[in-house]
Amino acid sequence: MLGLGKKDFSLLMLVLVLTMLAPFILNPFPEGSGMAQFNAGYPDLMQRFVIFGIFAIGFNILFGLTGYLSFGHAAFLGVGSYAAIWMMKLVSLNVIPAMIMGVIFAGLFALVVGFISLRRSGIYFSILTLAFAQMSYALAYSVLTPITGGETGLQLKSTDNPILSNLAEGEIGRASLFGLDMRASIELEMGNWLFTLNMGYYVAAFVMLIAFYIAIRIFRSPFGVMLRAVKSNQNRMNYTGLNPRPYTLAAFVISGMYAGLAGGLMVAMDTQVGPERMFWTASGEVVLMTILGGVGTLIGPVLGAGLIKYMENIISKINSDILHTWFAFLPDGLEDLVVTLIYPFIGKGWHLTLGIVFMLVVIFLPGGLVEGGQRIARLFGKRRKSEDGSSAGKTTPAE
Amino acid sequence: MGILEVKGVNKRFGGLQALGDVNLSVQEQTVHAIIGPNGAGKSTLLNCLVGKLIPDSGSVMFDNQSVLGRKPHEINQMGISRVFQTPEIFTDLTVLENMMIPCFAKRDGAFRLHALESLGHEKGIREMAETMLEEVNMLDKRNAHAGSLSRGDKRRLEMAMCLVQEPRLLLLDEPTAGMARADTNNTIDLLKEIKEKRKITMAIIEHDMHVVFSLAERITVLAQGTPLVEDTPDNIKGHPKVKEAYLGEAAH
Ligand SMILES: Nc1ncnc2c1ncn2[C@@H]1O[C@H](COP(=O)(O)OP(=O)(O)OP(=O)(O)O)[C@@H](O)[C@H]1O
Ligand SMILES: [Mg+2]
Repeated sequence: MLGLGKKDFSLLMLVLVLTMLAPFILNPFPEGSGMAQFNAGYPDLMQRFVIFGIFAIGFNILFGLTGYLSFGHAAFLGVGSYAAIWMMKLVSLNVIPAMIMGVIFAGLFALVVGFISLRRSGIYFSILTLAFAQMSYALAYSVLTPITGGETGLQLKSTDNPILSNLAEGEIGRASLFGLDMRASIELEMGNWLFTLNMGYYVAAFVMLIAFYIAIRIFRSPFGVMLRAVKSNQNRMNYTGLNPRPYTLAAFVISGMYAGLAGGLMVAMDTQVGPERMFWTASGEVVLMTILGGVGTLIGPVLGAGLIKYMENIISKINSDILHTWFAFLPDGLEDLVVTLIYPFIGKGWHLTLGIVFMLVVIFLPGGLVEGGQRIARLFGKRRKSEDGSSAGKTTPAE
Repeated sequence: MGILEVKGVNKRFGGLQALGDVNLSVQEQTVHAIIGPNGAGKSTLLNCLVGKLIPDSGSVMFDNQSVLGRKPHEINQMGISRVFQTPEIFTDLTVLENMMIPCFAKRDGAFRLHALESLGHEKGIREMAETMLEEVNMLDKRNAHAGSLSRGDKRRLEMAMCLVQEPRLLLLDEPTAGMARADTNNTIDLLKEIKEKRKITMAIIEHDMHVVFSLAERITVLAQGTPLVEDTPDNIKGHPKVKEAYLGEAAH
């Protein structure tokens, strides 16, 4: 189906179902209950899940297949965002041309950065990409202020009048898809539960599905095999009459375009951009997402992106008052002790939690969350096998 | 004129003269063995032929074209394939994927952006790869990880990857080193068959004299970076200079 093998097609369908039902799946706790703060089914966060999912899927095409670790991918995210917002300011408020511009500009920039950085490999390559990204950040912050808006960045203003729109005098434009407002939402109340179906989220989710589909095709193509060959043995490639350089450069540009798409989508969801989007911590984050989820697997980067964004948005919102209400059942002294012990890991301390989770995964699950899933699947597979005493139920874990 | 003409090649590594004024002529459709004690410069010579090293002086002509200054992948596309002293294969890929890569290189050249085509639809390439695996008796291992193969199998796979390209010149650096006797004999049979059926010209470096004398039509003896003699196997066997330079080394 769709040119995919059976397993890949099922995986795509699974992702389709999960993304379409995400507003329900991610909101398991009733409104107003103590657990409601763990609900992730609100538009803003769900949009971030899929956008960073795209970013990580693209990053994984480079890092997972060729083994080249770029430490400057946020630069392409930023370039995509700036290109998209200019498209909205000048030409059209439609998100599609904005995203296309984001992809094109990020791709062109990746071509330049890749052409230079790929002269080196290993740590030198990583450092070169980091240098490029930090230069881009510095430029966006200062010298290029006329284009980037400097420190404050760019947003749609009442003075912007895109040629393909008919805004009233002084009206601030809103991102839309052929007239459908990205911020429009339908709220469904079911008993104590509240579900928000947001236009922007579904547009972003649909784009992610396409991006995911293309990634599967690339993984399963002859080109994908060549990229894995680059990672495995460039020497043998050379002596087999293949030039590893253009293959790696193509992978670099493709992953840059994915980043540009993610950047464009960010602007489509929230029409503003600032230089901090290109800061090195953002480049590092996508590396963490990919490793956490599972390098070189199809679904891993999406899971990693989801986990990190969940922690960033949910754990960081827990404060000491909330902890006190949770542990109110304990005797006073003990309550204070427990709260003091947990406190460093919540709120602003969520990075500490992330760091620990990351270390645990790297040490105990080098294949990331996907490997964790496979181990659990195997465990259940074994149990089932021993129960019916046959070896027929051989599990082939999905990637 | 041979298909490969090496003239006056010199290569120094710091103070060490690894190759000194090497001349070598390999005739089309023959098997030419290069023998010599450890450190004689045999591998260095091959490195100069495939673009891994650039000689300090001299010329290397393949089919009347100079290979010097060309990149390794360009030289391969001219028709020279090489089997390395330690097997160079794609250890993270399956055996079948390993075999398909040279097939793609043969069909598509040094680069092609076939990113949205499906590997499953490449029937021709797959058949080509599987036929070759069949020929080297490795078809049953097609889904194994190349990295998990035995050393003998790794060599066989590397050789098959070179053969499937149908090179005009095949360079083999100790193809039987580290192989068990039975594997060595299989390799000899395979190389004999290649020689007779495919008429591929071969230059082979080998320490195992049994292999050399079973295959070679011409032998060049290299010692300390310079060719001592070049002759037929029969003449080499009793050559006093060769005995002097080589004896003791070839005892195994
Ligand atoms: N890249 C290099 N840098 C410095 N010295 C080198 C290099 N490659 C080879 N040599 C030296 O050149 C000499 C010839 O080495 P080479 O590998 O060509 O010998 P060989 O005939 O292939 O020996 P063997 O039978 O052990 O494989 C050796 O003394 C070796 O140490
Ligand atoms: Mg050698």
